[in-house]
Amino acid sequence: MSEQIDQALARKYDAGFVSEIESDTFPIGLDESVIRRISAMKEEPEWMLQWRLQAFRSWQKMKEPDWAHLGYEKVDYQSISYYSAPKSMKDKPKSLDEVDPELLRTYEKLGIPLHEQEMLAGVAVDAVFDSVSVVTTFRAKLEEAGVIFCPISEAIQKYPELVKKYIGSVVPRSDNFFAALNSAVFTDGSFVYIPKGVRCPMELSTYFRINELNTGQFERTLIVAEEGSHVSYLEGCTAPQRDENQLHAAVVELVALDNAEIKYSTVQNWYPGDENGKGGIYNFVTKRGICETNAKISWTQVETGSAITWKYPSCILRGDNSVGEFYSVALTRGRQQADTGTKMIHLGKNTKSTIISKGISAGNSSNAYRGLVKMGPKADGARNFTECDSLLIGDRCAAHTFPYIESSNPSAIVEHEATTSKVSDDQLFLCQQRGLDTEKAVSMIVNGFCKEVFKELPMEFAVEAGKLLEISLEGSVG
Amino acid sequence: MMLTIKDLQASVEEKTIIKGLNLTINPGEVHAIMGPNGAGKSTLGYVLSGREGYEVESGSIQFENQDLLEMEVDERARAGIFLAFQYPVEIPGVSNMEFMKESVNAARKERGEEPLSAAEFLKTAKAACKQVNLPLDFLKRGVNEGFSGGEKKRNEIMQMILLQPKLCILDESDSGLDIDALKVVADGVNSQRDGERSFLVVTHYQRLLDYIQPDYVHILADGKIVKSGGPELAKEVEVSGYAWLEGHEEASA
Repeated sequence: MSEQIDQALARKYDAGFVSEIESDTFPIGLDESVIRRISAMKEEPEWMLQWRLQAFRSWQKMKEPDWAHLGYEKVDYQSISYYSAPKSMKDKPKSLDEVDPELLRTYEKLGIPLHEQEMLAGVAVDAVFDSVSVVTTFRAKLEEAGVIFCPISEAIQKYPELVKKYIGSVVPRSDNFFAALNSAVFTDGSFVYIPKGVRCPMELSTYFRINELNTGQFERTLIVAEEGSHVSYLEGCTAPQRDENQLHAAVVELVALDNAEIKYSTVQNWYPGDENGKGGIYNFVTKRGICETNAKISWTQVETGSAITWKYPSCILRGDNSVGEFYSVALTRGRQQADTGTKMIHLGKNTKSTIISKGISAGNSSNAYRGLVKMGPKADGARNFTECDSLLIGDRCAAHTFPYIESSNPSAIVEHEATTSKVSDDQLFLCQQRGLDTEKAVSMIVNGFCKEVFKELPMEFAVEAGKLLEISLEGSVG
Repeated sequence: MMLTIKDLQASVEEKTIIKGLNLTINPGEVHAIMGPNGAGKSTLGYVLSGREGYEVESGSIQFENQDLLEMEVDERARAGIFLAFQYPVEIPGVSNMEFMKESVNAARKERGEEPLSAAEFLKTAKAACKQVNLPLDFLKRGVNEGFSGGEKKRNEIMQMILLQPKLCILDESDSGLDIDALKVVADGVNSQRDGERSFLVVTHYQRLLDYIQPDYVHILADGKIVKSGGPELAKEVEVSGYAWLEGHEEASA
């Protein structure tokens, strides 16, 4: 059976093409002058530059973490470039007509047309190419509702008070090695601001594309939901197929004020490297949200790409009655390694969190769930429920679970359930006997396993995520 | 000819289970295979459907002029071979509806037909669900997830009705059923007898054959058909069990 499955899993990565675009790329290497140049390119105010420099100084004193269940050659931070932007973006195109058609074609090939009339109705997109945002759609429509959705580089200039108030407020600039690096050199990303009481009229989405060779992508996303507001946001990511590893170190900060709700979904399909583990993205990401009273943050992620994934979207439940959720599907195959999970920090009274994690390992891959549930001394009546399921496909892969529970409040309740199962010969035979080929059978079983998470995704993307898994397992496109 | 099995010898884990079996089934015929436990009844069903681990050592199987042994499990299924399982397995999270729609459309694609739309499929699925006396919410539930033994068997028959196969192999579809459930299963099968579709009914007990009238009954013992006859042969088994099988001791399960 495992031979059949291996064949079913031998996939091509369809997003692996390289766009022929002339870029301005910094020489490799990192020192203070590089940071000053980035800041200057972005025409940032002085306070932003100082913030970056302080982050850089902290980073220099920090050590790369090695506690994760990952094995990889350490990154040489002096051998990559920290900024790359298409030349055509230098003139700051004012409308889509002025954007380099090759850039637009890149997104079209990825299935993300940037012309508003061709887009999925009801979804606004910010397209980030290497270090710059190419275009943000439906801005006018969003502005009518008072919603700000723009590249963070633009927000720093246009809304400095908002950015200054919230940037680093959830993930401090020296939070960890990768977050500090990001704080020093971040180039672009999205900024979202939802005013008090507003329900964002559209889904917001950012699409990240790494194109240039030997360039790291360091994006930074900041979402602020004022009291009683509501927003659903989705990010997608792909990169060309290259033999060299590429670095992606992002920071995402979410602020949900009283009674606000943020739903953050990720469909991550970075290039995972080839069968022998050559190439692929190193994905080191810090994502964290803070919930004030009665607020809710929900993270949903579908992770199928990257050679290395190091990522723990977390919630700080500071306000009473606030709610944190984490729904995750992580699929690893080939030589992929993932160490992913979440942290739920319960500080307020009657705070609730739910963690549903589905890990699928195939090929020679390794898939680890790492989660922390912390009940603070004031978290009276707090509750957590964790369900952590692993599915193994074949007999050369591995699944690991590292749950950490710290409770300082006797009235808090923590529940943890974990299962590990295999795609069985019996299940496969039943599907095949009903006329389904091996690929379809495996993808159907895997999709069934992930159902609880897929139903949390916005509808359009649930279908996409299901397809992505199917494709990942199918070997036709990817 | 629907199915022709010649001198079939097959093994499981290097142990020969089927030891020279010959059987011919014409379109529209119902054949019952009876026999003591361990005679190779279920093995025959798995060999016909092509399950991995069931090795054909010698002999041939022709299915409608095709060499069945050259075909993969799913190809055989799409060609019209259906196996109703004795112990159907659960597939959590995959709804019965979704599962069967994919199956039906895979078979349609093979025949060069357009896939059924969700609405069209729902209509036929509801009818089939009612026919086997299962509540409609079974269509939404995960495949066999939390079904009782009897519900699983009826679910198998529902799939058979939806897939419209050419040859249906029923592997002990009566085991563990009470009399009412047994009737539902038998009615489901009988409703599919149209003079073209053939059936291979594998059973230990005569009971099922009171409700599904076979054209032929074969007694399988130690991997061979030792006696063939009409429905009266089943009655004989009912009266005297399998002990009369000369030279073939009843093997234990």
